[in-house]
Amino acid sequence: MSAIWIAVIGASLTAFLNKYIGHSVPEQWLNKPRVIKINAFVPIVLLSALVAVQTFATEKELLIDQRAAGVAVALIALKFKASFPVVVLSAALTSAAVYNWF
Amino acid sequence: MSINPKTNPIDRTALSVAFTVGLYGAAFGAAGVTAGFSILQTCMLSLLLFSGASQFAVVGIMGAGGAAISAIATATLLGFRNALYGLQMAPILKVSGIKRVLAAQITIDESTAVATLQENDADRRRGFYITGVGVYIFWNLFTFLGALGASAIGDPSVWGLDAAVPAAFCGLIWPRLKNKTHFIVSTVAIAWALALTPISPAGIPIITTVILAVIFGLKK
Repeated sequence: MSAIWIAVIGASLTAFLNKYIGHSVPEQWLNKPRVIKINAFVPIVLLSALVAVQTFATEKELLIDQRAAGVAVALIALKFKASFPVVVLSAALTSAAVYNWF
Repeated sequence: MSINPKTNPIDRTALSVAFTVGLYGAAFGAAGVTAGFSILQTCMLSLLLFSGASQFAVVGIMGAGGAAISAIATATLLGFRNALYGLQMAPILKVSGIKRVLAAQITIDESTAVATLQENDADRRRGFYITGVGVYIFWNLFTFLGALGASAIGDPSVWGLDAAVPAAFCGLIWPRLKNKTHFIVSTVAIAWALALTPISPAGIPIITTVILAVIFGLKK
């Protein structure tokens, strides 16, 4: 089995376990102030790190290219409260323009 | 149960959330194919994993050449919030057996959010199920269309897809940055990931930021 299939099936199983456990365990097991507080930061750190890597990394090398321009425009769009499709499209258009014309 | 968005405000909220969120599925479908997943593999993630941020993490990490184990670990940590949603929903839904399995699968940000907006348990259940099933249908439909569209395109950079994926992540993080601490934590995580990128295997710079979440979470 390829690594991608292992990731697809493995992550699907643990995702379901996460969901099912919540429905099945006594509330006091997970409902602890510390767990809740750490959990609030988990998506922020993981997703921020993902954005950074996807924007600036090509394998192990860091570089600034058309992706950074696209993401910068996405951040500006978010700052101006643009909707999700506008954010994604404006990033794609900017990146494509920089890639194709420079 | 009959659904009537014209007269029932819960149905209206649920369906509009389901459709809007479902549209993001197209971005995920495109991201999957851009990362080197087949259309089938991309669609399997939406059908089986069914949790947006975790799905994007899996394709993002595998696409960057990361190991399956770091994709699985990152997706699992991102999905832990669904366990907390399950805790909230269980006493309201009161289901067991196969019904609990199905309810668990649709326990996500959106279904829980719409449910918790309601005034009583009957409405909460209605909001939960219509939103959950609605997002499931639209998310999977648009994942397929997005994957199909992206596989028709050759080089993803020509169409800006290489920036569309991190931009989609920005859209997922933005609503979570509610105060100064959140911005600081986000910035530190970015610096950490970039610092580790040249010196560690792909996936490690991302998963290890959980250490930062623990440090900031335990801090007063």
